[in-house]
Amino acid sequence: MESQEKPRVAFFSFTCCEGCQLMVLSCEKELPEILKHIKIVNFREAMTEKSDDYDIAFVEGSISRRDEIRKIKKIRKQAKVVVALGACSSTGGLNCLKNRYQMEEVKEAVYGKKAAAHYKLIDTIPARPIDDVVEVDYYLHGCPISKKEFLSFLTALLMGKNPDIVNHPVCVDCKMAGNICVFEKGGHCLGPVSRGGCDAICVTYGTWCWGCRGPVDNPNIDSHRETLERYGLTAEAVISRFALYGQCRQGKKC
Amino acid sequence: MKRDLNIKIHEITRVEGHGNIVIDVKKGEIKELKLEIIESPRFFEMMLRGRRYDEAQHIMARICGICAVSHTSAALRAIEDAMDIKVSRQATLLRKLAFDGEMLQSHILHIFFLVLPDLAGVGSIVPLLASHPEMAKTGLELKRLANEICETVGGRHIHPISLFPGGVVFTPKPADLKKLKRELEASFTGLEAALEFLADSELPDFSLEREFISLKSKGEYAFYSGEPVSSLGKEIDPKGFTEEVKEYVVEHSSAKHARSSKGTYMVGALARVNNNRRQLGPKAKDALKASGMKLPCYNPFMNNMAQLIECFHATEEAIGFIDELLELGPKPEPLARPRGHGRGVGIVEAPRGTLYHEYEINRDGIIESSVCIIPTAQNLRSIEDDLRAFVPTVLDRPKAEIAKGVETLVRAYDPCISCSAHIMDVSFLD
Repeated sequence: MESQEKPRVAFFSFTCCEGCQLMVLSCEKELPEILKHIKIVNFREAMTEKSDDYDIAFVEGSISRRDEIRKIKKIRKQAKVVVALGACSSTGGLNCLKNRYQMEEVKEAVYGKKAAAHYKLIDTIPARPIDDVVEVDYYLHGCPISKKEFLSFLTALLMGKNPDIVNHPVCVDCKMAGNICVFEKGGHCLGPVSRGGCDAICVTYGTWCWGCRGPVDNPNIDSHRETLERYGLTAEAVISRFALYGQCRQGKKC
Repeated sequence: MKRDLNIKIHEITRVEGHGNIVIDVKKGEIKELKLEIIESPRFFEMMLRGRRYDEAQHIMARICGICAVSHTSAALRAIEDAMDIKVSRQATLLRKLAFDGEMLQSHILHIFFLVLPDLAGVGSIVPLLASHPEMAKTGLELKRLANEICETVGGRHIHPISLFPGGVVFTPKPADLKKLKRELEASFTGLEAALEFLADSELPDFSLEREFISLKSKGEYAFYSGEPVSSLGKEIDPKGFTEEVKEYVVEHSSAKHARSSKGTYMVGALARVNNNRRQLGPKAKDALKASGMKLPCYNPFMNNMAQLIECFHATEEAIGFIDELLELGPKPEPLARPRGHGRGVGIVEAPRGTLYHEYEINRDGIIESSVCIIPTAQNLRSIEDDLRAFVPTVLDRPKAEIAKGVETLVRAYDPCISCSAHIMDVSFLD
């Protein structure tokens, strides 16, 4: 067999907590094996070497400053494959909560009038997912991403297969995990309309689905609304829950 | 030495977040020196405004992937202070156990993935796997175990799930806790190997006297709770923390800087070991002795050694918490309910130092305003002071060596830049 050069992989980070990159670093058992098959050429959080020659770009974080628009365009130009890594990158994530306010108000409230008006570093625009700016080939959802999903995605990509991105609601995962339904326990949950692939970890560990993976494609919203009404929830409470991760996709395009 | 030197390190590597170092020396005199924090600000203060109190820990954990348990804990303690919620012993033990897990995970990540490559003369853990396979594998194994502690208690380390206002909403099985305990007991060997390696490594002999601020607790080495104190012998009222410590905006940083009433101060592992050495566990005390570190220690490069000493302590402490939990016999408990509302403060020792959260929660349980002071933001002034004192001591060296030295110095603080540019506090310097 002809020996092929390993694919060159780069990791980039925009506005976020860097938890998704850290999830990659927490593949302690798999890391030595992964490194046999790919060459990581850019991973600022973990290595000194940097290269602008790469094939696959994993991008975490939202776009929330003008200079980030330029940077993500440059990454798109270079990479053959762009993967949105995690909620901030694929749906805008929690960052979009600030989009409820005018950006001038946001800056002034936090840094004061003078800095807000003059300091370039605190320039800010409404937070958005990276596909608002460039085309994205694949999405890895979640806040943070699931390690299991990342590993199976990477394996498929390296084998030349089309990676399988989960498109069933969290309820499916929750049944598989053997959890008691949150509604049955008297709580409320975004599981019925949110994208699974997370093993329903938030329900397993005692809370509810917060909707961090965004909605499934074609969610059955009518049925979910009925469910919520049946359990006596107000429209206000429901909208508020959705707004945690769904701010960016609600109403106006930001 | 009267030389000219111009260093600009764009996006320092092996730190969390985006920062540049700029140094301009003309005829041996420093004309400009700054650590630019170019991370995009996130405006958590505005993100939190108007949200329900039981979403705060979920939202605030997302300030940082590395210290998510610390932010969660500070948020919970602030919520519970504001709403007069008393949590059970079992919940406190579980939270403290997760906290030890994070302390270990964060310190191990820093020591093995970010610092050891410097000491071994390579660029990352990847070549370290080839040049020092035993050490690299030890690091990976210790980090896996630290993650497992957080997973066992909270579901995952990055943005833990079960830590919730009023208690903890998941109860680990005794068998899982016992397994953790066995693995923790076996992990001292790896820590000892790291200690030997670090003690044999040559760290720059550089000291700059300064104030250390950390929490101090009566019964234990303070991580999860305690009262803020200063090495200058001053106790600080937790509710008045923002009186003693002031944040201010500088133009070259999207993270604010901070100063105490005395000026520059440092927070983090080195500050804690200096302030609270007597409360370290027996194995951590032995490690301190073996490290050759003399206290008080003002060498910022020794922060990495202090982190390793704390790894010994966190491991000992975690084993003790597991023993107590097993004795209690862990069982599901209902959450303690809120009994009031108002202003609340939560201060913890995050891996990188004192972390302060403050919320104003109204009668309906909605968060009206918040303040959050981050360890790295508090250290930025100290880092710049260090650089200003350190650069003249190495001016006669080649430029590449100076650049590496200053980068190593910044890295020794283990800065968490995403955290520092979270930006939410509302004090102005107009």
